[in-house]
Amino acid sequence: MKPQQTQKLAVAIITASAALVVIPIVLVILFIVAKGIGAISWTFLADAPRSGMTQGGIMPAILGTIILTLGTAIVCIPLAIGAAIYLAEYAGDNRLTRWVRLAIVNLAGIPSIVYGLFGLGAFVLFLNLGTSIAAGSLTLGIMTLPVVISTAEEAILSVPQEFRTVSQSLGATRWQTIRHQVLPHATPGIITGVILGLSRAAGETAPILFTVAAFYLPELPKSLSDQTMALPYHLYVIATQVPGMPLQIQYGTALVLLILVMSMTLVATVIRTRMRRRRDW
Amino acid sequence: MQPALQAEHVYYTYSDGAEALKDVSLDIAPRQIFVLFGPARSGKTTLLRLFNRLSDLIEGSAIRGSIRFNGQDVFEHGVNVPDLRRRIGMVFAVPSPLPGSIHDNMTYGLKMAGIRDAVLREERVERALKQAALWDEVKDRLDNSAFALSGGQKQRLCIARSLALEPDVLILDNPTSGLDPLSTSMVEESLHELKQRYTIIMVPHSVQQAARVATHAAFMLDGEVIEVGDVSQIFGKPHDQRTEDYVTGRFG
Repeated sequence: MKPQQTQKLAVAIITASAALVVIPIVLVILFIVAKGIGAISWTFLADAPRSGMTQGGIMPAILGTIILTLGTAIVCIPLAIGAAIYLAEYAGDNRLTRWVRLAIVNLAGIPSIVYGLFGLGAFVLFLNLGTSIAAGSLTLGIMTLPVVISTAEEAILSVPQEFRTVSQSLGATRWQTIRHQVLPHATPGIITGVILGLSRAAGETAPILFTVAAFYLPELPKSLSDQTMALPYHLYVIATQVPGMPLQIQYGTALVLLILVMSMTLVATVIRTRMRRRRDW
Repeated sequence: MQPALQAEHVYYTYSDGAEALKDVSLDIAPRQIFVLFGPARSGKTTLLRLFNRLSDLIEGSAIRGSIRFNGQDVFEHGVNVPDLRRRIGMVFAVPSPLPGSIHDNMTYGLKMAGIRDAVLREERVERALKQAALWDEVKDRLDNSAFALSGGQKQRLCIARSLALEPDVLILDNPTSGLDPLSTSMVEESLHELKQRYTIIMVPHSVQQAARVATHAAFMLDGEVIEVGDVSQIFGKPHDQRTEDYVTGRFG
C-alpha cells in the first residue's frame, strides 16, 4: 500500500473508533429515557414511597442523595485541595511525598465495596457513628479524594510557572503567590475535578450500603446521625429486592439518578468553559 | 562608597552538576548602569537571579561564596527574602505581566507588602508609571487588561511595576529582547532617567546596546568574569584579548 493509502485507512479507523464511543452513551440515555419518562410526575418527584414502594414517589431518596453529596463535598474538598496544593507546590523529593503519592494511587484502586466495608468498620463501628449520614459522607468523601486530588493537582500545575516567578520577584511570599496567582487560575480545573468526583459519589451504591442507606425510610433525616434513603441504593432495592415492582418506577428512578449526575457534569463543563473564556493569557 | 551589590568568589552549580558560575567577584557601586554581557550560557542570568535570591526557586542548586547587598550577605540565615526582592526589583526578558489589569499589576507588589493605604498606593502607581515613561499612554485605561498592551508597553509596565516598590536596585535581564527598535530606544531612554535614582544591573540584548547604555560593564564567558571596567575602558581599550575579540565581533 502506498503511504497515502495507509494514511487514509488509518484516519478512517481512528475516526470510526471515535464515533463508536458515542454509541453506548446515546443508547443508554435513549433506553433509560424511553422506559422511564412515563414514571416522571410531580408525585413521583415530591412524594414518599407508599404501598411497599410500588406507589408514590422517590423524594426521600432524591433528597438523601443530595444531602450525601453535600456531605461528601464537605469531607472531600478541603482535604483534597490541601493535598493537591502540597503536592503541586511544596512536595520535595522526600519520603512524605512518596507516601502521599502511593496512598493516592492505592485509594484510587480500591473497589467501592471495600470502601463500604471500611466505612462500616471505621466510622459506623469504631467511631461509633452508627449507620448515619455522617458515616456515609466520610466514606464517600474518602473514596472521592483521589480523583479530586489528581485533577486539582493537574489544574494547579497548569498555571504557568512564569506567574510564580514574577509574583515572587515582586516580593510576594510563596503562600501569597499560591493564594493570589496560582489558585485563582486553577479554580476552573479544581471545580471541574470536584464536581466530577461528587457526581461519581452521588451514583455509588456500595460505599453507602452499610454506612448510611436505608431500605425504606419515608421520613426525612433530621440530623447527621440519621439514616437516609439514597437514589442508587433505592434503585438497587426496587430492582432486586421488591417482588412485583412496576418496571416503569425502576426506570423512572434510574432516569432521575442519571439526570442528577449528568447535570452535575454539565454544570462542571459550563463553569470551566466560562472561566476559561474570561482569562486573557 | 560602599558597593550596592557585591559578589565574592561565587561558585554556583545546578542540580545536574553543571557549574554555571566559577569564582565570580564583582563590585557594583550605586547609581550605575552596570552591564553584564557575554555570549549565551555564560552565566549572566544565573548571576542576576542570585542577587534577589530568585535562584531559591530552582531546586537542588548550590551556591558557595557570598552575595552582598549593602554589605549584608543575602544568603545568610534570617534574611527577609520578600523584602530583599522588593528592594532589588527585576524585569525579565519576556515581558511578563500578571493576569489582570494594568492597575492590578501596578498594585500587586504593594498589596503583597501589606500597604493598605489606597491613596499611598495610587501615588506610587502614578509616580512609577511616569518614571517608566508609560503614564501618558495608559493613564486613561488603567483598568484594561495588561495583556492588551504592546510588547514595548508591557515591558515598561514591568519596569514601572518594580519601581512602584521603590527599590534600591533594578535588575533587567535582556529587557528589550523581543522589542522593535522604537520600543527599545524608549526603554533605553527611561534607563538613563532611572540611573539618577537607582542602581541598574542589566544584561543587554547586544554588545552595541551594552556600549550605548552602560556606565560600567563586566564581560562574562563560561561562568567566569573575564574583565570589569567602566564603559570607555571595556569597549575602548579592553585589557583581555577575549574581551576585545568579543566586543569587536570576532566571536559570539
